[in-house]
Amino acid sequence: MMRFILRRTLQMIPTMLAVILIIFVIFSVVPGSFITSLMAEGRNATNAQVLSHLNEQFGLDQPLLVRLWNYLWGLAHFDLGISYRTREPVWNVIEPRLWPSIKLALSAMGFAAVVGIPLGFLAALKPGSIFDSGTMVVAVSGLSLPEFWFGLLLMYVFALTLGWLPSFGYQPGSIRHIILPAIALGVSPMALLARTTRAGVLDVMNADFVRTARAKGLAEPRLVRSHVARNVLVLILTTMGLQIGALMGQAIVVEKLFSWPGIGSLLVDSVSVRDIPVVQGAVLVIVLWFLVINMLVDVAYALIDPRIKVG
Amino acid sequence: MLTRLSLMAALALGTATTALAQDATPKDGGTFVFTAPYGNSITSLDITATPHTQDEIVGKALNRSLYKWNPDSGKPELDLAESVEKSADGKTYTYKLRDATFHNGDKLDADDVVWSYNRLADPKKALPGAEQMLQIEGVAEFQDGKADHISGVKKIDDKTVAITVINLADPGWNLMSNYAPIYSKDYPEDQLASKPNGLGPFKLANYVPGSKVELVKFDDYYEQGKPHLAKLDIMLMGEAAARDVAFRNGEIDANVLGPVQYEAYTQDAALKDHILEVAEVYTRNIGFNPKIEAFKDKRVRQAINYAINSDLIIQKLLKNKAYPAVSWLPTSSPAFDKDAKPYAYDPDKAKALLKEAGYETGLKFSVTATDNESWGLPIVEAIIPMLAKVGVEVTTDPVDGSVLSDKILSDNFDSYIWSNSSGPDPLKYLNCFHSGTSQTACNYVKFANADFDKLLDAAGNETDPAKQNDLLRQANNLLQEEAPVWFFNYNKAVMAYQPWVHGLKPNAMELAIQDYEDIWIDDTAPAGRK
Repeated sequence: MMRFILRRTLQMIPTMLAVILIIFVIFSVVPGSFITSLMAEGRNATNAQVLSHLNEQFGLDQPLLVRLWNYLWGLAHFDLGISYRTREPVWNVIEPRLWPSIKLALSAMGFAAVVGIPLGFLAALKPGSIFDSGTMVVAVSGLSLPEFWFGLLLMYVFALTLGWLPSFGYQPGSIRHIILPAIALGVSPMALLARTTRAGVLDVMNADFVRTARAKGLAEPRLVRSHVARNVLVLILTTMGLQIGALMGQAIVVEKLFSWPGIGSLLVDSVSVRDIPVVQGAVLVIVLWFLVINMLVDVAYALIDPRIKVG
Repeated sequence: MLTRLSLMAALALGTATTALAQDATPKDGGTFVFTAPYGNSITSLDITATPHTQDEIVGKALNRSLYKWNPDSGKPELDLAESVEKSADGKTYTYKLRDATFHNGDKLDADDVVWSYNRLADPKKALPGAEQMLQIEGVAEFQDGKADHISGVKKIDDKTVAITVINLADPGWNLMSNYAPIYSKDYPEDQLASKPNGLGPFKLANYVPGSKVELVKFDDYYEQGKPHLAKLDIMLMGEAAARDVAFRNGEIDANVLGPVQYEAYTQDAALKDHILEVAEVYTRNIGFNPKIEAFKDKRVRQAINYAINSDLIIQKLLKNKAYPAVSWLPTSSPAFDKDAKPYAYDPDKAKALLKEAGYETGLKFSVTATDNESWGLPIVEAIIPMLAKVGVEVTTDPVDGSVLSDKILSDNFDSYIWSNSSGPDPLKYLNCFHSGTSQTACNYVKFANADFDKLLDAAGNETDPAKQNDLLRQANNLLQEEAPVWFFNYNKAVMAYQPWVHGLKPNAMELAIQDYEDIWIDDTAPAGRK
């Protein structure tokens, strides 16, 4: 197991390097720079000498390859660089956003799992029923709802009309503040989980070993619990792993709408002012999160199903 | 005339609303929940390190400068200085500093002013606030590395500081800037961005990056009896739709409105009585690049001004949340000519001018634009058919904000649509069209006109304010005649506020920047706010 984790950890390095290279290339070809973003408001002209000194200070006057080498050298020493915008170390900018992002991703996935998995299960147990059709309508709708629109709808209903929950904001430790953004973000993975679970359960229900168990007179609840659920779990876990890994990056719209201080909104703000060190740092964190979550899912496979061996 | 009357009425309404709000006796205590609407984050709690309005909304609560802007009089007035004496040559100002205390308990003295201004102008620090120091004597030498400090800022004694400037313009226009505050020389500089230490009415209590800034009343603030509020929460909310829900739900106390919301709020009986409006000092315009041959001809530029029905666009697209622009200077400028009229919508005259200029068969150019709803692509799309009627073909060059400024500063455009500061100081902002001002400074259209230069130079050297004003008025009128840009509109900034909020001011410089020390809330506020 340890060898597997070590190997997967080492495999992350080329992925991360590729991500860094891609960002460097993208930001070297797209127009606009941090320096010109200072003038974007058209309100406060900035002294030409200040702009020139800033260019120099941040090394933006150096060739791309030199900048790339400097960045990689810093990274090798666990230094993500200095934010152009805040002039603080990049880690200081990212770190306060990390826990709110993780909390939102986990809460959204929690909502998705609690609602999506039972829905999928129940729909599969009564295929072709009204409940099954209704569940699939909900699932398809969930997948196609724009997050911004759905988030606004939640605000109008649960904050403005019913007055049950705050419409925006972040309070450390407050469950009330996370409910609406978690539902807005979780509705799409919920729908996917419901569909995947339903398909997986239907598949297993038609398998030979289930038919044999049923022929041997095994009671239906026990059949579902002991034979079907265990076999579908790997599929559900895979879907959840991929979704939870992607949620941190997908939360941009929801974070902005609910003024949630996560990595996604930081990334958008940083892209708009071309704060490249923070963009790189934020993307690296999102990629790392995705890779680590998926490695943990692989480890979990072995724990759930002894037939699967990692390594 | 009707437009002007409605403008005056609107301005009077804004002022009257404020006056009404301030009639009652202010009540102390409570929390005001404000919003910073230009994004979901701020750059830094050190206002000198940023040129962004979003940061200024927070900085105004934390800091104080030598002067401050008075939204009622429309002029700078002394803030940290209690008196000033001007030398006979009109270039040296001697300030007597008032007794004021920094949030950490340090007392304000002349060394703080000298240190703060030297820090701002220091080329090694590359602070955007350096822009406000350029009028001070010796700053150019300091920035060029020929001096190790600014020669024009001198401590006379602990409470007196003398500042010498390079021209006859009132330094208050620059030194009132919220981006040029006075900091304590003894406070660790590396803490300013995270643990600010200013002279403002509120001090930092809690900052959640990307979400909110919580501030509490500073008991030793220099103005007796102020601030009235016990707490000020500034929510970082870039999404207009989310602000709308939060405002209607009573979670925030004030909301800056866009055109669509403005229309909805003015038609809503529950909201329409608590709306503050002001003509801000921003001029929305399409700048013509003279590297396009046709734009070298004044008649072509004038023709475009005649060919576009600005009133219709303002009415239909901006929902009347703007005032038609006459020339560059906004209506609140002392040099604005009250008898001047905007370019009339006259396609026939436009055609005639184009024919006269040799473009009878047509003309084609692109407009570089962001997606801004008030001065971006939607506006360009509206003018396309209007210009097509007079034979001008317009294409769009869509970009984001930082690319727009990048393209303009690198002279990589045919024309652009933008919203630019045009006040409050008329001399400073007309100087953006002086031939001596570079494109990278603010002469984006490389305007060069000897008569205009002459008027501005004369205004810069004029000590009599009335004469100076007259020269600037003439320059502004000449600019209208020359039409280096399409004069579109002056922004009408609109803020909705809850009925329990008092003391908001129609700040023409930027409505979202408020004098927080004057704001108070009454007993009708919800329990959580009182």
